[in-house]
Amino acid sequence: MAVVEGVHPPGEYPVVVVGSGPGGLQTAYALSRLGVEHAVISQDDSPGGMFRKWPIYQRLLSWTKPDAPYDRSSREYEWYDHNSLIADEPELRATVAAEMDRTYMVPSCAEMARGLVAFAVRGGVQVRYGCRWESTRREDSGYVLVTSDGEYRCRAVVFALGVTDPWKSPIPGIEDVPHYAETPLAREFQGKSVLIIGKRNSGFELADGLEPWARQIFLVSPRPVQTAVLATATVRVRYFEPLEDASWGGGTFALDAAVERIERTESGGFRLQAAGTTRPGPITLEADAAIAATGFRTPIQDLRELGLATVADGRIPALSPYWESTTLPGVYFAGNTMQGAAGLRKNGVGSASGTVSGFRYNARLLAQEIAKRLGHKQEWQQLGRDEIVAFVLTELRAGPEIWTQKGYLARAVYPDGSTGIVPLAHFLDHCETGSIAVTIEMNAEGEIYPVAYVRMGEEIDERALPTHPLNDFGGDEYRRALESLV
Amino acid sequence: MSNGEDLVDTLRRFNLFADLDRAQLEAIADPDSERSFATGERIMRRGMSGTGFYVILDGEATVTLGGDELNRLRQGDFFGEISTLLDEPLTADITAETPVRVLEIPGPRLKAFLISYPQVMYRILVTEARRLQEVLAWRS
Repeated sequence: MAVVEGVHPPGEYPVVVVGSGPGGLQTAYALSRLGVEHAVISQDDSPGGMFRKWPIYQRLLSWTKPDAPYDRSSREYEWYDHNSLIADEPELRATVAAEMDRTYMVPSCAEMARGLVAFAVRGGVQVRYGCRWESTRREDSGYVLVTSDGEYRCRAVVFALGVTDPWKSPIPGIEDVPHYAETPLAREFQGKSVLIIGKRNSGFELADGLEPWARQIFLVSPRPVQTAVLATATVRVRYFEPLEDASWGGGTFALDAAVERIERTESGGFRLQAAGTTRPGPITLEADAAIAATGFRTPIQDLRELGLATVADGRIPALSPYWESTTLPGVYFAGNTMQGAAGLRKNGVGSASGTVSGFRYNARLLAQEIAKRLGHKQEWQQLGRDEIVAFVLTELRAGPEIWTQKGYLARAVYPDGSTGIVPLAHFLDHCETGSIAVTIEMNAEGEIYPVAYVRMGEEIDERALPTHPLNDFGGDEYRRALESLV
Repeated sequence: MSNGEDLVDTLRRFNLFADLDRAQLEAIADPDSERSFATGERIMRRGMSGTGFYVILDGEATVTLGGDELNRLRQGDFFGEISTLLDEPLTADITAETPVRVLEIPGPRLKAFLISYPQVMYRILVTEARRLQEVLAWRS
C-alpha cells in the first residue's frame, strides 16, 4: 500500500534523488533552480547524511576559514570554505562558516551538521524522510524504485548514498574484528595495545584519537603511507602524530604487511600473522584490541544484479565523466561516490570529488546534464568576443570550481560565446572546433599553474601556462598567452 | 568487482606479475588504482601530457591514430609506459571498445614502482624487445 501523504509521495517523477546528505541536498537544490521536477527520498529522519555520526573521534579534515580575502556572501569565498554547499542566493552561502566557533580551522562534526541543516531549511529543500529505498527494477522508460512507502517511477535516478557501508577486506578471521563504524569511546582503550588493520584515512583517524589512551598502536596494511603525496593532502592532519610517534620509535608502529590471518587469543585479545611487503619476512603481532579500518563502500543494494559496473575492488560504481553509471544509462550518483569518475588524473593528481568541496560543484553540473537530457532549456552566460580574455583571467584568478577541482573541472568558452563549467574529460572528447577550456592544475612537485586546451579540428592543443609566486594568474603574461589562443 | 573476483586474483593471472608472491601482489593491488571506462570512452588522448602506466584488467581497447586502428589491447596488456618514461605527450588515442577496467600506476610513481619490482621491469623489457623486433622485421 503506497503512503500518499507528505512531500514527494510515491508516484511518477522525471527524476528521483535518493539521500539527504550533502550530495543529495546539493543535487536537489540544483535541480530545483533549473526547474526540473523531482522527488527526494531518504531513509534518515533529518538532513546531514554521514556527518550526523562520523568522523568518530575527530573534526572534519577540510578547511572553512571564517574570514578570507573575499566576502562570505560571494562566489569567490567558496574557495576558502570547503564544507558549505553552494547556492546562488547570498543567504544560502557559507552556512558552515556561520556555525564555526573559530577554535579550529576545520569544523566539528556538529558544526558541519548544523550548516547542512541550515542549507536544507533556508533553501527549502523538500525531502521525504523515513522513506527507505528497498529494491530496483528496470522498465522501458527508466527505473522503478521500490521503497518502504511505495513505488517511484522515474526516467533518471540520482543515488546520493555516500560511501558509507562498512567494508572489510577478505582476511581469514576478520569477522571477529569490529569495523571502524563500531568503534567504542576512546577511553575504553585506556592502557591497551590496539591493532588497526588499514593505514588510510580512517585508520589514522583512529590512531590519532587513541594516542592519548592506548598503550601501543600497530597499524598494518600492505602499502606504505605515501608521505610525499600526504605532504599536500588534506588528510595529513590525521597522520601527523601517529607517524611522528612511529618515526621516533615510540609506541606506534606503521607496518607494511599483507595480513594473512587474524585469530583470537586465550586472553581475549587478537593475534595477527602477516607477510612483510616493503621489508619482506613473516610478522606476528598480539594486541588486546583490534579494529578493521578497511574502508567503506557505496550501498548499491541490488544495482549490481541490474548490471552496475564498479571500481575500487567492487566498492564504488564506475562512472562516466558526467557521473552516470558506465553500464546503467539514466543511473547517476552524487556525493562522494562521484569519485567513481576519476577524471584524467594527470600527473597522478586525483579529484576532490570524494569530499564536499569538490562534489558540490559536480552536483550542479550533474543537475545541468540531467536537465539537458530531459529537454529543459537552460540559460548560459554569454560573452562578447572582446570580453572572453578578461573573463577567463578572472576565473583563473579566483574561480572556485576550477581551483577546487584541479585538472578535473574546466571553465569552457564555446565558439558562440557561451561559457560554463564542464568536466575536463567530457570537454576534451566532445567539444566543437574553436572551443577553449582552462583549468588550474598541479604537478607531482605541488606546483600550481593554469592549463589551456584549444580544440582545432581533431586536435586538442594543450598549453601549460607558467606558475606565479602569488598564484595570480590574471596578469599581462597570462593575458598575452590567452590572447594568442582565443 | 563485477565478476566477484578480487583484484589480487586478477593480477596473479597476468604474465606481467607472474614472478610476484601474494604479499607483493597485495601491495600492488591498490583499489584506488583501479579505473573504469565505458564503451566508446577515451582512456588516453593523443597530445596529452602527464599520463601514467596502465594494465588492462578486463575489456578491450583500440589504439588509433587519426582514423586508423594501429593495435588492439586486451586483458593483461599494458600501455602508456613510453610517454611516461620519456615524459612526452601521448602519440595515439586509446579508446574502450567494451567496458574496460585498468590498473593505473601514475606517471610520477612509475620509476619507484619499477625499481621496487625488478621482475615486473624485466617482463616489461621482454615485451618491449618483442615490439622492437617486430618493427625491425617489418623494416628489413
